[in-house]
Amino acid sequence: MKGARIIPRAVVAGGLLAGLSAAWGAESHVHVITVDKLAFGPAPKGLHVDDIVEWTNGDILRHTATAADGSFDVDLPPGGKGRALLKRAGVLLYTCRFHPGMKGRLEVAP
Amino acid sequence: MVRIHRSPLAAVAISLAPMVSMAHGADKPTDPQIAHIAYTAGVIDIEAADLALKKTHNKAVRSFAEEMARDHAAVNKQALALVKKLDVTPEDNATSRSLADAAAKKREELSGLQGRAFDKAYAENEVAYHRAVNSALETTLIPGAENGELKSLLRTGLKLFQEHQHHAEHLVGELK
Repeated sequence: MKGARIIPRAVVAGGLLAGLSAAWGAESHVHVITVDKLAFGPAPKGLHVDDIVEWTNGDILRHTATAADGSFDVDLPPGGKGRALLKRAGVLLYTCRFHPGMKGRLEVAP
Repeated sequence: MVRIHRSPLAAVAISLAPMVSMAHGADKPTDPQIAHIAYTAGVIDIEAADLALKKTHNKAVRSFAEEMARDHAAVNKQALALVKKLDVTPEDNATSRSLADAAAKKREELSGLQGRAFDKAYAENEVAYHRAVNSALETTLIPGAENGELKSLLRTGLKLFQEHQHHAEHLVGELK
């Protein structure tokens, strides 16, 4: 019990880091898309499977980034951000559930 | 100016008529009046949403009303911050008053309806209301705004309200 108490911080932190880098891979890239004035910013070039897309919501309104194929549904609170992991290659269409006129398209290479 | 009318579109169109005619008249609205009109228009839709949230049992109507309340509150909060920053005091005017009067009548009419009849009437009024406000924004309020930041906020408002109009049209279709 006593020993267990000594271990935690460093090991847990290390474990978390290991977990994160395993999930999001050392070579996985984060591509940022800015959301502003009810529009998704341009799609980043060079997206690959296992990359991460991060949306930064600069609007005062709540949005979502919701994939048409159901592969992600990211809540984007006003001024907040959210991420999705690209799991499959191909073309991904997405919209905002609240403002369906907002449309985005991602091209993901293997 | 305010008349009880069978068609929600006509009622809103009548209430917004002075706003539209102002563009051509000598009494073009000033920025403090434009800010007041835009804010009032938002409050009206939030109140309509609150009524819908009390009355509806329909999931799609509920989620639409939640969206209206959330979005319009966010825009109005931004509008308040802007007028404070610009040291502008929103000024009550005939257009704001006729908007509020027409909305009070509409609310009374909607309050008397139940179930599907309420859902349909609410959704149809949301289409008509957003269409009328959008037209006023396009033809009068945006061109009339002198301050660049106010103009820009109104433009974002127009884009948002157009989204709402489409969403409301979609909702009307779903309720048929």
